[in-house]
Amino acid sequence: MNEQSIIHVEQLTKRFGDFTAVDAISFEVQRGEIFGFLGANGAGKTTAMRMLCGLSMPTSGKAFVAGFDVYKQTEGLKRNIGYMSQKFSLYEDLTIKENIRFYAGIYGKSDAFIKDKTARLLHQLHLEDQANKLVGSLPPGWKQKLAFSVAVFHEPRIVFLDEPTGGVDPVTRREFWNLIYEAAATGITVFVTTHYMDEAEYCNRVTIMVDGRIEALDTPSALKQTYNASSMNEVFLQLARKAKRNGDEVKTA
Amino acid sequence: MRTLRFLLEKEFRQIFRNPAILRVIFVVPILQLLLLPWAADYEVRNIKLAVIDHDHSSYTRQMISKITSSGYFLLDQYTNSYKEALVDIEKNRADIILEIPAHFEKDLTRENEAIVLLSIDAINGVKAGLGASYLQSIIHDFNNEVRSKWIQLPRFNPEVNIDIRPSNWYNPLMNYKFFMVPGILVMLVTIVGSFLTCLNIVKEKEVGTIEQINVTPIKKYHFILGKLIPFWFLGIIILSIGLFIAWLLYSIVPVGSLFTIYVFAAVYLLAVLGFGLLISSFASSQQQAMLITFFLFMVFILLGGLYTPIESMPIWAQWFTRFNPVTYFIEVMRLVVLKGSDLSDITRHIITVFGFAIVLNTWAIISYRKRSS
Repeated sequence: MNEQSIIHVEQLTKRFGDFTAVDAISFEVQRGEIFGFLGANGAGKTTAMRMLCGLSMPTSGKAFVAGFDVYKQTEGLKRNIGYMSQKFSLYEDLTIKENIRFYAGIYGKSDAFIKDKTARLLHQLHLEDQANKLVGSLPPGWKQKLAFSVAVFHEPRIVFLDEPTGGVDPVTRREFWNLIYEAAATGITVFVTTHYMDEAEYCNRVTIMVDGRIEALDTPSALKQTYNASSMNEVFLQLARKAKRNGDEVKTA
Repeated sequence: MRTLRFLLEKEFRQIFRNPAILRVIFVVPILQLLLLPWAADYEVRNIKLAVIDHDHSSYTRQMISKITSSGYFLLDQYTNSYKEALVDIEKNRADIILEIPAHFEKDLTRENEAIVLLSIDAINGVKAGLGASYLQSIIHDFNNEVRSKWIQLPRFNPEVNIDIRPSNWYNPLMNYKFFMVPGILVMLVTIVGSFLTCLNIVKEKEVGTIEQINVTPIKKYHFILGKLIPFWFLGIIILSIGLFIAWLLYSIVPVGSLFTIYVFAAVYLLAVLGFGLLISSFASSQQQAMLITFFLFMVFILLGGLYTPIESMPIWAQWFTRFNPVTYFIEVMRLVVLKGSDLSDITRHIITVFGFAIVLNTWAIISYRKRSS
């Protein structure tokens, strides 16, 4: 295992019956990287990510996240990661402050830490006036930004983002990526799935998954060179055309 | 324990912010206790009677007036033939036909014997059975009256006469409400408790927040306790409201101590909530959870001895009732509320229900999985 790698995956496989959602993928993610996980719907991105977060049991293969074995050491693993699922999953009937307090609390953060960091975060997001409003009343873009902030509030070593900008307007997406950069600047490794190709350009390295397998893995500029393309979109289309699966076959398990 | 504090804080906030839950806690007990005790009355009244009197004598008139003055029967009408009366039964205008033959009075005075015919609509078994026996005992009484008028009984009756005088203990007036209300309270606490817990967790599954919890290092028993404790409190509150309403509306004050009731309820709620938690780990949508709990508690309550005595159930059903927590609570409530039993009398009940609580909650913790296979 590489000294610098924070995620180490070897031949990781997930089968549901005779359907192989993730087919023997291997890769390394370096500390502090923004690592993009690209693929069409049903390519196996979410399933792979859920295995790395300890939410889904792998069928075979090896995976270590922050040094923890995903088979046996899930509790240690979970202490060191943040996760933002595709589905918005803060409590809509709690206020912004209450949501932050709850999640920070179950990660074992102290009251002083919570109080101090909440104030800074609200200031940073310009949400001071809204702090006592129910989360359900916020516009979608704000919800996404808040969900991300809650996912990194307990200062994890890695944060997993599953299509974090789905259904969000371009301006908010831009702002969202600024938050990701800020988090990465503090040393948090970012593992993000997306199917927006402009977002792929923001990543340090990207993998492209097709039908459960990794078809390409490199920096965006190297990929464009290899596939002789002017944008990531072209790279993606060249690879995705090979796909035999279609649509949302497997979302969650 | 700190984790638990955060879980409880969050759960209580959500409960008190949810108008639906507050409504369920206050309105359901009031409505159920207001309506159900009146419906769940086993006395049969207003039995519709069709009379065919072929005799038209003074005796038949006396007998019929005795029947109608009993208060159990409504005289539907006099008809001239059995055929006509049968039509009344078919049209649901009559429940019982009483046919008095011609020469009834003559036979009674001369032959010392007369026959009347009762035809009973037995679609509703309870009504038919009780109606017929009321009518028989009224006619029997009438018969005795007639005899006592004719025969001058000797001072010392040569016939051995056993006079039975029942005395009803614990519910001297045989008031059905005293019997039903404690049972209805049990039903209330059971249904509301299990439904709320079960729906709460399944809702977290539906919305997706449970996945956000599963990705944290939270312990499974913390999560389960975080759900159990708030709904345990709600259950106790519902019980208290129910007891208050029972006193307010029906002046039912437990003969035994409230402390005994609360001790048992505290243990019982653990079992029932554990059951709700268990269902929630198998159901993936709120509809599913509703249907499963509804079906199971229907069975539990019908086989719990609320409406029908357990002793009259077939042996296999009696066996089932021993594994039914509802049975124990209904029994305990009636024992404490009506008979004044104390903790030492219900030790066996407490231990059994505590056993259920342990099994169900352990099972719930085991079957709750933070990771899908």
